Amino acid sequence: MSKVVLSIENLSKQYRLGEIGTGTLSHDLKRWWALARGKEDPYSLVGQVNDRTKKAESDFVWALRDINFELEQGEVLGIIGKNGAGKSTLLKLVSRITSPTSGIIKAKGRVASLLEVGTGMHPEMTARENIYLNGAIMGMTRREISKKFDEIVDFAGCALYVDTPVKRYSSGMRVRLGFAVAAFLEPEILIIDEVLAVGDMEFQKKAIDKIKEVSKTGGRTVLFVSHNMASIQHLCTSCLVLENGSIKIPKSPTHLAVEAYLKGEKDKVADGTFAQRTDREGDQLLQFQSYKVSIDPNQPTQALQSGKPACFQLTYKSNLDAPKQVDVAITISTITGQLVTVMSTAYINRSLIAQPGENKVMIKIPRLPLMEGEFFSNVIVRSGVIIHDWIKEAIFFEVENGDFYGTGKIIENSHKSILFDYLAEQL
Amino acid sequence: MKEKWDLIIKPDQSLFDLKLKEIWQYRDLLTMFVKRDIVTIYKQTILGPIWFFVQPIMTMLVYIVVFGRIAEIPTDGMPQALFYLAGIIIWNYFQECFMKTSDTFATNQDMFGKVYFPRLIMPLSKVVSGLIKFVIQFALFFAVYLYFLIEGTSPIAPNMMLLLVPYFVLLMAGLGLGFGVIFTSWTTKYRDLKFLIQFGVQLLLYATPIIYPMSLLEGKMKQIMLLNPLAHIVEGFKYAFLGAGELTTYGLAYATVFTIVVVVIGILIFNKTERSFVDTI
Repeated sequence: MSKVVLSIENLSKQYRLGEIGTGTLSHDLKRWWALARGKEDPYSLVGQVNDRTKKAESDFVWALRDINFELEQGEVLGIIGKNGAGKSTLLKLVSRITSPTSGIIKAKGRVASLLEVGTGMHPEMTARENIYLNGAIMGMTRREISKKFDEIVDFAGCALYVDTPVKRYSSGMRVRLGFAVAAFLEPEILIIDEVLAVGDMEFQKKAIDKIKEVSKTGGRTVLFVSHNMASIQHLCTSCLVLENGSIKIPKSPTHLAVEAYLKGEKDKVADGTFAQRTDREGDQLLQFQSYKVSIDPNQPTQALQSGKPACFQLTYKSNLDAPKQVDVAITISTITGQLVTVMSTAYINRSLIAQPGENKVMIKIPRLPLMEGEFFSNVIVRSGVIIHDWIKEAIFFEVENGDFYGTGKIIENSHKSILFDYLAEQL
Repeated sequence: MKEKWDLIIKPDQSLFDLKLKEIWQYRDLLTMFVKRDIVTIYKQTILGPIWFFVQPIMTMLVYIVVFGRIAEIPTDGMPQALFYLAGIIIWNYFQECFMKTSDTFATNQDMFGKVYFPRLIMPLSKVVSGLIKFVIQFALFFAVYLYFLIEGTSPIAPNMMLLLVPYFVLLMAGLGLGFGVIFTSWTTKYRDLKFLIQFGVQLLLYATPIIYPMSLLEGKMKQIMLLNPLAHIVEGFKYAFLGAGELTTYGLAYATVFTIVVVVIGILIFNKTERSFVDTI
C-alpha cells in the first residue's frame, strides 16, 4: 500500500509589494495597536491574485493561494507554470526557507532541497573540504558523507583534484561537484528547482538519470520544477500546473498535464498580435506589434511544411525620433523547450534601419528543415548589447510533413525532428 | 486514524520553541563552519595566523603610550603591558562574538535563501571560531604573564578565582552572541542599526574597565559602571590573574542573570526572524 509522505493543505503565501523601508515602522505600529486591542490584523486580509501583467491595486499580493495536494512515496511530481506562477515560492515553503502565511505542510521523513547546486561552497577550500561542508549544509552527518565520499568524487569526476581549491575549478566542474553531493543525500523527500539547466548535456543526462534512479529504486519522493518539458516528461510520474499562484490543473498524469499546459499556452498567442504581451523585457524604445508566419506572405496563413519556405514577418514600432540600426532575432524551439536554432539579422550581415514609426521585417527560411510538430519562437530586437524588446514564447506554430528531399518519400514521424541536406554515394 | 508526521510547517510556531534538539542534530555543520572560518581566514596571506598576535600587541603598545604614558591612567599597580593585554584579549572575544554574529542574516542571505538548516548554527559557529582565536591570543597573554611572574618584581597575585576564568569566557560568549543575534534580527528590517553597531562597540569599550581599573571610579560614575555586565566580567578576569580588580559575588550574579536573559531573548527573537527574513531582506 502506498502511503502519503507529503501533504499540503490550503497553503497560501502573501508578499508585500514595493520597497520595504519607510512605512514599515508605521505599519508595524498599526498592526501591533490593532492586535493589542484584540482586532484583526489590518494587513492580513487584503491582497489579490498574483497577476503581474496588471498593476497592483493593493500593497500585498498572494504569491500562492490555497494550494492543496498530496504526494505518495516514490512519486515524482513535476510542477509546471510560467515565470511568476508561484513554483519557486512553493518549493521555498516546502523546504522551510520561508514560512507560509496560512495553511499547513506535513511531511514524513527528512526533507532536503536542491534549489541551487553547491550552496555554501567556499572557493578557497579544497574539493574534499567542500564536499563535507556542502553535505553538512544539506543535512548530512560527517559519518554519512565519509561513507559516500568515494562515490561522490567518482560521480563528479574530480578524483584527480580532490585536494585542489575549488576556485581553480571550471564552473562546470563546480556544478558537477555540487550536484554530486546532493545526489548522494538520502532524504525521503527531495526538492529540486531548475538546477539542471546548468552544466553540459552529458552531465544533465547523468543528473536526470540519477534522480530517476533515486526515486525508483530508493523509493524517494521528488518534487521537481523545470521549464524543460522534455526533462519533466522523462522524469515525472505526475504533474500539476500553477498559474498566478493557484493550481490551474490539479495533479494528473504527466502527459495529460503537459498537453493541457501547452495547449493553454498556444491559445494565448494564436491571434498574431503582441498587444496583450506585457511581460516583455528590454528598454521598449522599440516594440514588437504583430507577426505572421506563413509559407508565402501573399497567401492566407496556413501551417508550414517541411521543405517549403517559411516566412516570419514581424511588425515593430520605433519610439525614437531618428533612424537607428538594429538587429532582429527569432529563435525556434520544440514545444518541449529544446532550442533548435537562433536566426539573427546580425549573423548574415543584414542589420536593419528602424525608422521612426512602424517597421516590418521578414526572415525567410528557403527550405524549412523541420519535421512535423509544434514549435515556438522567442523574438528579440536589439542594438549591440542593448535589448529593446524581448518577448519569450512569442509565436507558436505548427509544421506539417512535406516532401523535403523531393523524392516523394515522407519521413517517419519517430525520426524526429530536423532534416538535413545530404548526399550518398556508392563507393 | 491519527497519522504521525515528522515535520509540520505552520504559519505560527510556538514562540518558546528554542529548537535545541535540531541544533544538536546539525552539530557536524557547526564544526564544518568553524573549520571553514579558521582555514580560509588567512589563506593567501604571508604571515597567516601570526596576524592573531599582531593586533593585540599593537593595540597594547598604543594603549601603553597613549593611556599609560601620556594620560598617566593608573593600572592598579600592575605592569601596564599585562594590565592592558588582559583587558584587550577578553574584550576582543566579546567584540568578535558580537560583530560576527550581528550581521548573520545580511552576510548569509544567499545561502539562507537556498537551503534550510537551523539558522542559529551560523552565529554559534562564529562564537566557537572566535573562541579558537581567543585561545591563541590567550597563549600570547599567558607568555607575557609568565614572564612577569618569573621576573617577580611586580605584585602579581594569582588566586583561586582562576578556576572561574572559563566561566568568564562563557559569559563573554553569551553576551556577544545574545546581543549579536538580537541586532542581526532587527537589522533585517531596519538597516539603521547597522550604523549604530559600528561606533557603538567602540564607545562600549570606553564604558568598560579595559584601559582603566574599576577602582578609579567613585560615586555616581561607579554606580553606573556597575550596571555594565561586561565590567564585572573584565574585572573578574583581571582579578583572577593579577590579584587586582573588583570582583564581587553580587557582580558575578548580576552578570550571570543578565547574560542568561540576553541569550534567551536573543534566541527567541532570532528564531522568530529566521522564519520569514528571506521576504524582508
